[in-house]
Amino acid sequence: MPVIAFRQALKDAMDEEMARDQNVILMGEEVAQYNGAYKVSQGLLDKYGPERVIDTPITEEGFTGVGIGAAMVGLRPIVEWMTLNFSAQAFDQVLNNAAKLRHMSGGQLNVPIVFRGPNGPAEYLSSQHSQSFQAFYSHIPGLKVVAPYTPHDAKGMLKSAIRDDNPVIFLENEMMYAWKGEVPEEEYLVALGKADIKRTGEEVTLISFSKPMQTVLEAAEVLEKEGYSAEVLDLRSLRPLDEEAVFASVVKTNRCVIIDNDWPMASFGSYLGWLISKNCFDSLDAPVELVAMEDVPMPYNHNLELAVQPSVEKIVTAAKRVMYV
Amino acid sequence: MAEQVLMLALSPTMEEGTIVKWHKKEGDPVAQSDIICEVETDKATMEYEAVDEGTLLKILVHDGGQARVGEPIAVVGEPGEDISGMLKEAEQKPEPDASESAAPESAVPQVKAAPAGGAAGAAATTPSAPQVPAGEVKASPLARKMATGHGIDIRVLRGSGPAGRIVKRDIENALRRAASYGPAAAVGVQGPAASGKDERIPVSGKRKIIAQRLAESKFSAPHYYLRIDVDAGAMMAARQRLNARLPKDPAGKVSPNAFLIKFVAETLKKYPVVNSSWQGDAILRFGKIDIALAVAQDDGLITPVVRDCGSKGIVQIDRDLKNLIDKVHNNKLTPDEYNGATFTISSLGTSGILEFTAIINPPGSAILAVGRIHKAPVVGDDGAIGVRSQMMLTLSCDHRVIDGAVGAAFLSDLKAFIEYPIDLLY
Repeated sequence: MPVIAFRQALKDAMDEEMARDQNVILMGEEVAQYNGAYKVSQGLLDKYGPERVIDTPITEEGFTGVGIGAAMVGLRPIVEWMTLNFSAQAFDQVLNNAAKLRHMSGGQLNVPIVFRGPNGPAEYLSSQHSQSFQAFYSHIPGLKVVAPYTPHDAKGMLKSAIRDDNPVIFLENEMMYAWKGEVPEEEYLVALGKADIKRTGEEVTLISFSKPMQTVLEAAEVLEKEGYSAEVLDLRSLRPLDEEAVFASVVKTNRCVIIDNDWPMASFGSYLGWLISKNCFDSLDAPVELVAMEDVPMPYNHNLELAVQPSVEKIVTAAKRVMYV
Repeated sequence: MAEQVLMLALSPTMEEGTIVKWHKKEGDPVAQSDIICEVETDKATMEYEAVDEGTLLKILVHDGGQARVGEPIAVVGEPGEDISGMLKEAEQKPEPDASESAAPESAVPQVKAAPAGGAAGAAATTPSAPQVPAGEVKASPLARKMATGHGIDIRVLRGSGPAGRIVKRDIENALRRAASYGPAAAVGVQGPAASGKDERIPVSGKRKIIAQRLAESKFSAPHYYLRIDVDAGAMMAARQRLNARLPKDPAGKVSPNAFLIKFVAETLKKYPVVNSSWQGDAILRFGKIDIALAVAQDDGLITPVVRDCGSKGIVQIDRDLKNLIDKVHNNKLTPDEYNGATFTISSLGTSGILEFTAIINPPGSAILAVGRIHKAPVVGDDGAIGVRSQMMLTLSCDHRVIDGAVGAAFLSDLKAFIEYPIDLLY
């Protein structure tokens, strides 16, 4: 099976869907002539032309709104935000138009659109460009929010997202674009809303998604070396959320650590913690732990930048705390 | 008008109950016959059905807490109703303490005196077994569920989690300890203490009742014992044939106990004296043959009763028995399922015990102790030595009701039935 980078998997997904459906278009800052700020849209302008691969001005609210309007009248736009941090500019369009129109039109309007871009901390980007947006977007009914970890899932889920008739927020990460993984040559889809057990274990369930999965899997190996068996669950999709898979794992292991690289208060991880406490109460041997980003704006100093994020050490410590060892 | 919800006697011998779990929380509406909580009595866990309608305003005895029969455990009334007076009154109730229930009027001054008397004074005023308020026992939800499922008294365990929290491994350890001491060993009772320190284990309600009933039986009924060696070969062969013929039952094969119960029932028909009870001024001859089987539990033992064995076949008896034993293991046996046996059988064969004597289980007048079925060399009537499946039966009789000759005749006929089951038809 070919081993390709995450950015290539995303490109292949867009390429295949644009070839399959004339209505699929890509728009955003630098997506066309520059081949994407992170080279995710490499070659798409040449292949599909400037009518379908569109460079936009630096106006997130404007081009996000244009994309939503285009979706309402039958296109299936992919809007690339250069980073989710810039999507704050376009938040009103997403919250009040993309997420609401199907509901407020009584189902007469659909908004089949994908908003995608890097989310969460990369490196040396300081406070305003290192933020995580999963809590903001997964808070909103009417949206789907997905965050794959592997190139395989990135391709299969982006294809599903493009075909979905609902607005989908597709979370990537700058550091992940170069990460490689096996991706089948033949066409496939990965359904939105299905978690994936990355590693089976017996004594504690570690739940995460997107880039922190790598740290979580390393932590699981450290735990194994010390004689503890951790199950690792990759949510892949935050909304819809695969509650069944989460509960089944926690009921099996009786202990749970959630790793969410976002501020802890009112975060996706804290919501998931509540959901587990409520539904698995009698199966829990310890309170659910949350390893989150520290509750501070991201420092610029690199040592501090790393220190405020979930680490192997923090995850192992939390896992041991719930196992009482 | 708010009403107090009182602890009820949910079994005939119950003096005190432990709230296992509230099904309603404060503020919940309560309708008549709603199950508001589960109560562990001296024998089983029972569901408490609401008598009063209204809103559950206040829970006075929380999960794990204990209350004596007649003490308030909650208040039901209209939402927003002022129940402060009622709560004050409930608070002034003396602590559930044996010495105080004997002399309630002295309770208040005693409690007041405690702080002034210092440590020694306080100790002197609480002579009963130390009651650990269950509300203060820290345990994970999983540990609580496991403990309830296995009938473990969580208050006697020592938690290994933070601040002494009882967690899954503490329950697992307790179960392991219990298993290594055999099925009848009490869970929660520490084994040979590794610390070298003595430990006081509070007596559970069930243990209290076991102690009381058996001591009463042994000290008041003059026991005597008869022992007979029985060839169980015919019975075991019959059982094998029956099990081979029966459609595969998921519950398992018909047990030897079902056979024994049937043989005893048939023998009791011939000897109604053995199916009787000493009543002081009369001997009560039971109209039915209700045979109990002593069943070990993690924290004691219980005697589920198969009713009317005289008119049931072996297969039916086995079904009834399995059903009852299932309930025992789920802690769901109700008092009418374990009370009032006219005869009891106790078997320790599976533990390898060859023979033993049992204490009579009132109101019955006799109990049969069954030993292990084992291969033994036996000198036959013809003088030849053969290998047989032997089983030792020991009958304990209450001499006030059953004289030696009657007891002996009963046991001898029982032996004959077991060895020549065809005799049952004569």
